[in-house]
Amino acid sequence: MSPLFTIFISAVLVNNFVLYYFLGICPFLGVSSRLESSVGMGMATTFVMTMTALITWPLYYYLISPETGLNLPFLEYVIFILVIASLVQFVEMFIRKFFQPLYRALGIYLPLITTNCAILGMALFMVIREYNYLESMVFGFGAGAGFTLVIVIMAGIREELEWVPVPRAFKGAPVVLVTAGFLALAFMGFSGMISP
Amino acid sequence: MLKVFVKGLWKENPVLMQLLGMCPTLAVTTSAINGVSMGLATSFVVVSSGIVISLFRKLIPPQVRIPVFTIIIATFVTIVDMVLKAGFPDISRELGPYVPLIVVNCLILGRQEAFTSRNPLHLSVLDTLGMGVGFTWLLTLLGGVREILGAGTLMGAQVMPGGFEPLIIMLLPAGAFITLGILAALYNSVNLKSEGR
Repeated sequence: MSPLFTIFISAVLVNNFVLYYFLGICPFLGVSSRLESSVGMGMATTFVMTMTALITWPLYYYLISPETGLNLPFLEYVIFILVIASLVQFVEMFIRKFFQPLYRALGIYLPLITTNCAILGMALFMVIREYNYLESMVFGFGAGAGFTLVIVIMAGIREELEWVPVPRAFKGAPVVLVTAGFLALAFMGFSGMISP
Repeated sequence: MLKVFVKGLWKENPVLMQLLGMCPTLAVTTSAINGVSMGLATSFVVVSSGIVISLFRKLIPPQVRIPVFTIIIATFVTIVDMVLKAGFPDISRELGPYVPLIVVNCLILGRQEAFTSRNPLHLSVLDTLGMGVGFTWLLTLLGGVREILGAGTLMGAQVMPGGFEPLIIMLLPAGAFITLGILAALYNSVNLKSEGR
């Protein structure tokens, strides 16, 4: 298997961002109650993640990195979060101007993406694992696709859960957490697919 | 005034009640010591950024408050990260990328937005301190439960009898979700009982 394909499959299934690294749990629990909004959230997140990978990679290697850049490691987190915040702002303005229907469909979920830790986490993993430019792009896209997959599955389960008599103490967050636990258990089945 | 501090411990516990800061809660709590370290690091960041934001709350223009808060938080997270790397390299390695990820812990930004940006300094300190302690005890408990059941130890010391077979699942992601789900259900049932329902 080519390394790019391995990176993609690993980000989507084997080391899924939500179920393996616990990144992006807040939107995963908050937005997964309805199928439609979870699809919109997933798509917007995938787009921002891919763009973040494309922008933070050159910034890291030409500005922050001690070896190839200007040696500013103490600015790493500040720069990354600024890139993500401005990117989300930019994407929001762009979609509002040129894709009115999509903007209405995503609504308030767009600004929420800034605080999705999966995006900053993706940028940090990209640096730690020393991916090259193309690999980073595939990694960002795969992480977003994995997030979308899981949040959509979860929304499907939660729509069914509404008809189930859940014990009173488990109503709300607890039953969702336990469900996520079983989902994580199911995703463990992919763990043998790729040797790390 | 004491109420401001106490509410974070139980009634408005950031994790159990408000479901904030879930990522570090689930990710690093494979042992009690990790839970304590993450809880203390997060408490430091939320209290110190709360102090700065409360002091400057009248100077920060409301339109750009979110980026300003984020930069202040990121600054303190950088400090924590450097202190951990220099002073506690083992803990820093264990927590890995979850230390820089404190920046996007919604618990911290949530407190600044909801409390410190509109309250005087002494109340802000009490409120953020309460949230920090509430976050730390829960992470320690979750880490403790997972460590005892998953490895048979607590704080690195053997506590389970020799014949005990560790439940590896507790240390894996699935165990984290299920344990926290059960803890949240216990929290709910205690609250329901005390309300007399």
